[in-house]
Amino acid sequence: MSDNPVDVPRTAPQKSATFSDAINAEIRRAAATGIYDIRGGGAKRKVPHFDDLLFLGASMSRYPLEGYREKCETKVVLGTRHAKKPIELDIPITIAGMSFGALSGPAKEALGRGATAAGTSTTTGDGGMTEEERGHSDKLVYQYLPSRYGMNPDDLRRADAIEIVVGQGAKPGGGGMLLGQKITDRVAEMRNLPKGIDQRSACRHPDWTGPDDLEIKILELREITNWEKPIYIKVGGARPYFDTTLAIKAGADVVVLDGMQGGTAATQDVFIEHVGQPTLACIRPAVQALQDLGMHREVQLVVSGGIRTGADVAKALALGADAVAIGTAALIALGDNNPRWEAEYNELGTTAGAYDDWHEGRDPAGITTQDPDLMARLDPVSAGRCLSNYLKVMTLEAQTIARACGKNHVHNLEPEDLCALTVEAAAMSGVPLAGTDWVPGRERY
Amino acid sequence: MQTLDMAEVTLREVNSKLQAQKASTNQQTWEIVNPRGSHAIACGLDGPIEVTVLGSTGYYCGGMNKDATVHIMGSAGPGVAENMMSGKVVIEGDASQYAGATGNGGLLVIKGNASSRCGISMKGIDIVVHGNIGHMSAFMAQSGNLVVLGNAGDALGDSLYEARLFVRGEVKSLGADCIEKEMRPEHLAILADLLSQADADARPEEFRRYGSARQLYNFNIDNASAY
Repeated sequence: MSDNPVDVPRTAPQKSATFSDAINAEIRRAAATGIYDIRGGGAKRKVPHFDDLLFLGASMSRYPLEGYREKCETKVVLGTRHAKKPIELDIPITIAGMSFGALSGPAKEALGRGATAAGTSTTTGDGGMTEEERGHSDKLVYQYLPSRYGMNPDDLRRADAIEIVVGQGAKPGGGGMLLGQKITDRVAEMRNLPKGIDQRSACRHPDWTGPDDLEIKILELREITNWEKPIYIKVGGARPYFDTTLAIKAGADVVVLDGMQGGTAATQDVFIEHVGQPTLACIRPAVQALQDLGMHREVQLVVSGGIRTGADVAKALALGADAVAIGTAALIALGDNNPRWEAEYNELGTTAGAYDDWHEGRDPAGITTQDPDLMARLDPVSAGRCLSNYLKVMTLEAQTIARACGKNHVHNLEPEDLCALTVEAAAMSGVPLAGTDWVPGRERY
Repeated sequence: MQTLDMAEVTLREVNSKLQAQKASTNQQTWEIVNPRGSHAIACGLDGPIEVTVLGSTGYYCGGMNKDATVHIMGSAGPGVAENMMSGKVVIEGDASQYAGATGNGGLLVIKGNASSRCGISMKGIDIVVHGNIGHMSAFMAQSGNLVVLGNAGDALGDSLYEARLFVRGEVKSLGADCIEKEMRPEHLAILADLLSQADADARPEEFRRYGSARQLYNFNIDNASAY
């Protein structure tokens, strides 16, 4: 044995899995600032997702369709249950609700341009309807939110559909907060609040409580709009079977179901990461509710929260959704978190791909900001073109998969086209674990 | 005067007729009989017509009203005149919860009492209540005036922004960030005008004014106990 202490083998330093660097940094940050972390975006933790599913494809028992030659339809009609004027979309991908205030005017315009060019709808958010988005959106869904910022009957009537927001996946049961630094004169005026103060968005609607009241609220909205507009109810991924059941009972034409990966403009990190269910876990219970009530396809289901590719679209549809909605992915297509701004992200103490302080209004990409200089960085025409390209690519990808499964419409995809790579994903999505006929959770213990 | 009998015609027919009356209409006076507590009566009106409802109404009567005057001869259910933009809604009886919720403009007069959450999230509407109001009234109220000739329940004006609250009687308790404020001449003038418009038998000097202390306008961890 050596007498030199340097030569003595030592136990390697080992960091705690429980008290990781990230956790410790957050403890130190909370101790120094006295405020919880607020950020934008959706859950960043790894959860079972569409990546854990695979399509089986056609072989001996099913015929595939010829790519580029045999038609695979993608059209979707939303609002067929009660609305006199349902919305017809060319593709099964819509743009989720994002507010003017959280996003800049040019960003809203770009969303409208891109969605319209791809034949789909975009959606207002918690800040009222702007001319940018109405003017550039062929089909615009008008959100009816607890805050009722900017709500008025004229905008209701010039919307193509109304989305009553009960909750969202990033924060089921939570309201919102637009911090003062983003409250410019224009945002303040639209929300009827003083400039520069934190604007809270309530977590409950001010004039109804529960599904019985909501049924009457929907009656009022239909009466005001001559029963023309499809009425969506948006819920976060909390109790999807019961939430869907109650939304149907309340009279919804469309149920929008947003899983925990769905983004928000600004919410506490603890809320985003610890409340709500993954998107994958929400779809089958919601579809089951629709089927139990004989309403599958009559009341349409739109799924959102972590949709990124045409494969995700196809998987969501195969599990029973009628369409999907994208928010975060649409912002990335516009230019959000683009590495070209890396130096500026570094100055903000972050890096491209991780920037989520959307509430602070300093977005180098000019999207989640009201700063005139930053806003000017986003050209709504070219950004809209990027979004349209992306939507079309996703649609082509979904069609490619559908054809491979022998389907002449993306809605003909079904759970039987899927298998799962993990036990968890199999249980959540209700499809067999790959290589087996086992669907965990079907049998009670 | 045009009469719509809800024992004979549907809610859709009633509202279609009324909503079709725009600024240039010659049919300015309407009467609704047998309302039978129906919901959403006379909602979404968009012209300077006068509608009298002979009876009590369900939820959301006069909702999102623009320009019209709606007179309810009985009592009103929850959310009367919700999100009103302009015009006037007068209730001879009592009003249930959320009266005038999120209203942007116009005048709501309740000659009886109003239940809880009267004027919740109001955004510019003026509300005059001849009687009392329930708890959590003017919660998160943004702007406009709430005038109460009687008493106010618990947590008046909780988390309010720039709305002005005037109460003649007792306030059971004030909500977070709501304080009594000095009554200045401009407030007396506002009150006098609203009392006159609402046919209210009271003098401005009898009221106290309440408003936001503005301590919760920007988040501060030292105020955590108030959140």
